[in-house]
Amino acid sequence: MDTIVPYSHVLVLGAALFLLGAACVVARRNLVMILIGVEVMLNAAGVALVAGSLRWQQLDGQALVLFIMCVAAAEVAVGLALIVYSQRRTGSLDADRYNLMKG
Amino acid sequence: MNLYAVIFYLLAFIILAATALAITRRNLMHAIVYLVLSFFGTALLFYLLGAPFLAVLEVIIYAGAIMVLFLFIVMMLEIKPADTPRRLYLRQWLPAAVLGVLCLAVAFVLIVFKTGESLPLPLAAASPLEFGRFLFQKYWFSVEIVSFLLFAALVGALYLGRREG
Repeated sequence: MDTIVPYSHVLVLGAALFLLGAACVVARRNLVMILIGVEVMLNAAGVALVAGSLRWQQLDGQALVLFIMCVAAAEVAVGLALIVYSQRRTGSLDADRYNLMKG
Repeated sequence: MNLYAVIFYLLAFIILAATALAITRRNLMHAIVYLVLSFFGTALLFYLLGAPFLAVLEVIIYAGAIMVLFLFIVMMLEIKPADTPRRLYLRQWLPAAVLGVLCLAVAFVLIVFKTGESLPLPLAAASPLEFGRFLFQKYWFSVEIVSFLLFAALVGALYLGRREG
């Protein structure tokens, strides 16, 4: 039987991708880059799910990836609208500048 | 190691390298273009892992729609390059580094000690017809909920983007 790679290697790829996205969210200060990090994390979850779908020969994983894509699209639409809105109000994209409520 | 494994490791390298380049760029345009490359790699990976329909959706939705939306916003906001200071924030990179080391340690354990299932993936593909039938038979209600979510996001984006007054 033809095979591709061990399942754990795909999981490691997904984990590394998720880690890169998380590092982007934690370390970057630009709001657009933070949103990009969230996208990368959702994509990493998709990689792991597709591999699991193939591993157990069930289509549920692929269906879940479809829903993840829809959630990612909705999140980006609202997130970018929020970014444009707050940039209009404060004139900055730096996450550290949003300290109006700090006493 | 067969041809599929070679393709997989090549794709994994491309995806990781493109994503790593994307999250470290200072110029937002460059970051987005690298991310498009990463999403193309992921689409090919989905195709390799037996999900041709999701591969197409990945190109259309992620690389096509979401990244173009990002591009438009970046062009609209006209960010000045001098806006962000060129300093490395240790306080912010430290949690990221800790996260990274932890995650790599888990990955190392997963590969070396082969905990749990480590069976090789078989070669199979779900056709779009099969996938669509499955989706609308078992998950039709979730599809409805997701369509409501997209509608709510549309209304929310329109509300946030309206002109003041």
